[in-house]
Amino acid sequence: MIEIAQDKMDELRTFIDEVNQKEYAESYLIAVLHKVQSIFGYLPREMMDEVAEKMQIPTAHIWGVATFYHYFNLKPIGKHVVSVCMGTACYVKGADKVLEAIKKHLNLEVGGTTEDKLFTLQEARCLGACGIAPVVMIDDKIYGELDSNKTIDLLNQYRKAVK
Amino acid sequence: MTDKITIHINNKEYQVDLGQTIMQAADKLGFHIPRLCYHPKLSIEGACRVCIVEVEGARNYVASCAFPVSDGMKIHTNTQLLRKARRDIIELILDNHPLDCHTCERDGNCELQRLAASMGIRHRHFEGEKKHYEKDLSSDAVIRDPDKCILCGRCVRMCSEIQQVHNLTQAHRGFNTVVMPAYNMPMGDSVCTACGQCINVCPTAAFLEKNYTQELFEKLNDPDLIKVAQFAPSVRAAIGEAFGLEPGRNMEGELVAALRKLGFDYVFDTQFAADLTIMEEGSEFLERFQNGGTLPMITSCSSAWMKCMEQFYPDLIDNISTCKSPMSMQSAITKSHFANKIDVDPKKILSVAVMCCTAKKYEAARPELEVDGMRSTDIVVTTREAAWMIKSAGIDLLGIEPEEPDHPLGVSSGAGAIFGTTGGVMEAAIRTAYELYTGETLVDIEVAAIRGLKGIKEGKINIDGKEIRVAVAHGLGNACKLLDEVRRDPDKYHFIEIMGCPGGCVGGGGQPYAQVNTIPLDDEALKKRAEALYDLDRAKTIRRSHDNPDVQKLYKEFLHSPLSKVSHKYLHTHYKKKTPVGIVPKTQL
Repeated sequence: MIEIAQDKMDELRTFIDEVNQKEYAESYLIAVLHKVQSIFGYLPREMMDEVAEKMQIPTAHIWGVATFYHYFNLKPIGKHVVSVCMGTACYVKGADKVLEAIKKHLNLEVGGTTEDKLFTLQEARCLGACGIAPVVMIDDKIYGELDSNKTIDLLNQYRKAVK
Repeated sequence: MTDKITIHINNKEYQVDLGQTIMQAADKLGFHIPRLCYHPKLSIEGACRVCIVEVEGARNYVASCAFPVSDGMKIHTNTQLLRKARRDIIELILDNHPLDCHTCERDGNCELQRLAASMGIRHRHFEGEKKHYEKDLSSDAVIRDPDKCILCGRCVRMCSEIQQVHNLTQAHRGFNTVVMPAYNMPMGDSVCTACGQCINVCPTAAFLEKNYTQELFEKLNDPDLIKVAQFAPSVRAAIGEAFGLEPGRNMEGELVAALRKLGFDYVFDTQFAADLTIMEEGSEFLERFQNGGTLPMITSCSSAWMKCMEQFYPDLIDNISTCKSPMSMQSAITKSHFANKIDVDPKKILSVAVMCCTAKKYEAARPELEVDGMRSTDIVVTTREAAWMIKSAGIDLLGIEPEEPDHPLGVSSGAGAIFGTTGGVMEAAIRTAYELYTGETLVDIEVAAIRGLKGIKEGKINIDGKEIRVAVAHGLGNACKLLDEVRRDPDKYHFIEIMGCPGGCVGGGGQPYAQVNTIPLDDEALKKRAEALYDLDRAKTIRRSHDNPDVQKLYKEFLHSPLSKVSHKYLHTHYKKKTPVGIVPKTQL
């Protein structure tokens, strides 16, 4: 069992209560799962059970939706999500080398999270910033015209900011 | 009158009803369009594309299961191009399939295999990546093997639409899609009720019962064991189908003879214990009815239903009859009174049940059903497994001379026989309860209102001026509907029969696979199986459980009277609330 802070729980319950008032409430399942992820960073199993009970949707159905969409994380993620764009433009500009450098530097596979829970590494398809390829997105911020060294410097800045 | 329209199939003109799909119209005209994910009792998925046809003017081939007919439509079901497209679709499915047919349990009974044969696939054009997952062997009853799965989704729809257990889902996406319970939980920990309907509708071997045939063959060869068999009512009404017979042929005598030839020392009939169940359950009902006990009383014969109730309707536990199922009663008496009678240590008895049911495997393993510290039923094999064993041992079931079951647990009344079909337990209980209550014999003993395949059936019986309202549901989805009604209005009924499988035990999860050109759980086949049991009932001189002389003798020698202390020790049990992980508790009142 994970420990769930009461305020987070309340926030989720309020949201579901609002949704349940609407017509075709069950069609808001994806929105509710987004809410869970925005509160907890991922979809904890306990919260999927909570959603199932509150929305009266079978857990198996929720599991089907949660695993279908890439966007939903089923495991806890780090403080910062590093998404390396593997779109065509970034790829020809060396995104694969950038990704390799990050993997080596953080000792991570794609989808993994560092032991200090600081970084989660993801691959992204085109982020729409082809003009400054190759790009990496950290949380909501885009960094362009990167190479291996620049990227590692960038990660180190994030690490310093925490300390 | 429905509107008639004109369509053309393969250049011939036909008048058909409006408001149906191309597949439905074609079926009636004798064109069997190949199909895979389609099942008439389930929602339309349109996933497999095997049933494509050409409709003139349409941009692409259309899935005939999902496309409505319209006036003037010109349909082609068998052009060369279409045949090739269909064959490619099956080949692409085969491409991600293990292709180990000769070592597969469904060899000879596989819809995919039959389709491949009918498409004339004789060599492979595609070779690509194959998925590989571990088998899930965690359940005592149902095995899940994702490698064999072709993602038709019939099991998922069966589990959620008909059974409303909602245990299965298609998780992940694209090539990585797998049918699994929530959180990829092992089946044994999941909300699976072990009803086995996923096995019934699976076209391949992605779901199977846990097979105990090898273990049983080994034990049958153990000279130190006394081998005792029992077989459920509906097994005799269905096992012939596994040998190529039409549904509805009663094979009771042949089955008894075959089980003896397999090496059983005693072959008893679960119908005996069905009579015993009626003595106990009928008395329990009257006791509750007369003394203000919890009503409605709900039957407890169906093991899948018991697990369903413990998970989703724990608030109704007090309504559940404390009677064990007939199988467990039979086993309990076998390992106590019968062992005593033949003067052997009950530990030396191998108690085997041949059941139409996969959930009985789960039931047999329930610790609360142990008798004097022993498992009462050692091995449960399904109708399918029994059929295979009979074939494998070289026994000619169709040519064998019929034999009678053994005494003292083999004689049964007609009431015991009809246990195998929906409404049968209720009808049997009414026959006995009426007489126990009024002291008079019920003349018109066939209760038509609770026969047949309607999902929920209701009836009223007048016993000595008092009206008793009864209801019958089959299939867990119908059961849920009925129980939601009971939660709303607890006084609506006095007595309820619930069977977990569609049609009752005749539609059990362990019954023979659908044969060539038939569909699993076809209503006509279910009706014929049920009719075989009603025929058996009509042919018997003894048609009421309490008139069964061997049941009377058992009470005289051992149990004393229904609901006695001894009865409670051997024939009754208790149920507990189960809250396995990941369930949706239904709204509690």
